[in-house]
Amino acid sequence: MPGPSPLPTPETAPYWEGAAAGELRVQQCTSCTEHYFYPRPFCPRCGSDDVAWKATSGRATLVSYVINHRPLPPSDGPLVIALVQLEEGPRMMSNVVGVEPTPEQLPLGMPLRVIFEERGEYAIPVFTPAEAAR
Amino acid sequence: MTTTSMHGGGIAIVGASETTEIGSLPGISMINLHADAARNALADAGLTAKDVDGIATAGPLAHEVSHHLGITPRWLDGTMVGGCSFMLHVRHAAAAIAAGAADVVLVTHGESGRSRVGMGGRAPNPASAQGQFEAVYGAQTPYSTFTVPALHFLQERGMEREALAQVVVAQRAWAVDNPRASRRTPTTVEAVLDQPPIAWPFTKDMCCVVTDGGGALVLTSAERAADLPAGDRAVYLLGSGESAEAPMVSQMTDPGSFQAFRRASAEAMTTAGISHADVDHLMAYDAFAHLPLYMLEDLGFVGRGESRDFIAEGHTGRGGRLPMNTNGGGLSYTHTGMYGMFAIQEAVRQLRGEAFAQVPDVRTSFVQGVGMFFAAAGSLVLANRRP
Repeated sequence: MPGPSPLPTPETAPYWEGAAAGELRVQQCTSCTEHYFYPRPFCPRCGSDDVAWKATSGRATLVSYVINHRPLPPSDGPLVIALVQLEEGPRMMSNVVGVEPTPEQLPLGMPLRVIFEERGEYAIPVFTPAEAAR
Repeated sequence: MTTTSMHGGGIAIVGASETTEIGSLPGISMINLHADAARNALADAGLTAKDVDGIATAGPLAHEVSHHLGITPRWLDGTMVGGCSFMLHVRHAAAAIAAGAADVVLVTHGESGRSRVGMGGRAPNPASAQGQFEAVYGAQTPYSTFTVPALHFLQERGMEREALAQVVVAQRAWAVDNPRASRRTPTTVEAVLDQPPIAWPFTKDMCCVVTDGGGALVLTSAERAADLPAGDRAVYLLGSGESAEAPMVSQMTDPGSFQAFRRASAEAMTTAGISHADVDHLMAYDAFAHLPLYMLEDLGFVGRGESRDFIAEGHTGRGGRLPMNTNGGGLSYTHTGMYGMFAIQEAVRQLRGEAFAQVPDVRTSFVQGVGMFFAAAGSLVLANRRP
């Protein structure tokens, strides 16, 4: 499938390895317990380098979004580009899929659940309405 | 050595100009848009390239521009934080002149944003955080990235997308009589909302125009400015501020408020020694229609949730108490990709009394820039007389 692919670095490889295994991972600081994203080898809150990768629950809520209508490969129709907040706290950009891309179907605050889309050799974490994933 | 302060009117903008033409310029490459604007600004100042010893730019490297123009620099600044880079360049140039590190600084911008002549590629580094964690979702173009937090902003204030259309209508009214503006047809909230979406909730006119063009500024000490032929048209830097947050929209501390706007503008107000009531003209960088709403609130010109009504009630229009984006803004005037230079140019025109839509008695203008999709901010307080 065309479209931009990530190019992992040594510091982000565990995130992409997790995604390939069907797991959305973020880092957690062992000192201050903060979960954080994007990947860094130290805690952005307290500065500790005692940090560990953790699997998240995959549950999130919808914080904001646009419904893109311009050509944007690999998407060939309206694409929901969304800001989501993970149950553990961090926010991330993603897509919302498996739902009609209209404002009526996408109220802010709606519960979401992670699923993974294949793109080339990578699995990309995206989100779908929580009930639809069950 | 000099003992001039970088703020308080010790440093002046003595030359300011845009490229001779703006809009669609397929016959001029990016570097020569810099050159056209630079030569115009130097002529405006009554100076030549030989008088310049400091250069600042974003896009090409600083030494590419200085050599192209025949400048021998002893001070270079290549700060690149997107469209507000030029606010930071003015601030840095003022510090350099005050410190004696440069005497005459040229700040240039040129971008073939529409025709893409002589431009490099624009794909993000796929190994950067933005490349790995945002671009893969289609958050890679301005209209599909910068816009993402807007719905959150609107909803937490009880606003509808009509608020975005109000911004478009108010700014179009400023552009109608401006012969250099790209979009000059009067419009209405209904017409803007009825357009097909680009990235819902944003329709076409809620997104900036895409143009070719450039601009340049010449700065020196107020002392030297007084000896120049155009010294009586000098514009003084009273205060400034800069800040940055995350390189990714998704990592904003608060999607409903940009902390870098708050920090940079507060420092600009403090260093200028002024309050909001002293500001009689505002340039609020508007690549998209949500930005003036964020800025009015984050800069403290209105309270939280009051930005839409402030605009809808006409306070930013002709005869209003805070005329804003009086060239029509990025939404209606021009936007090459890095609009900050044009916001500064309009503030200088207003302070000199030379604007197309001139506001009477402008003495103090506040210029707020943003860069790299809610990543960086730069603020300037400019005035047409020394305090």
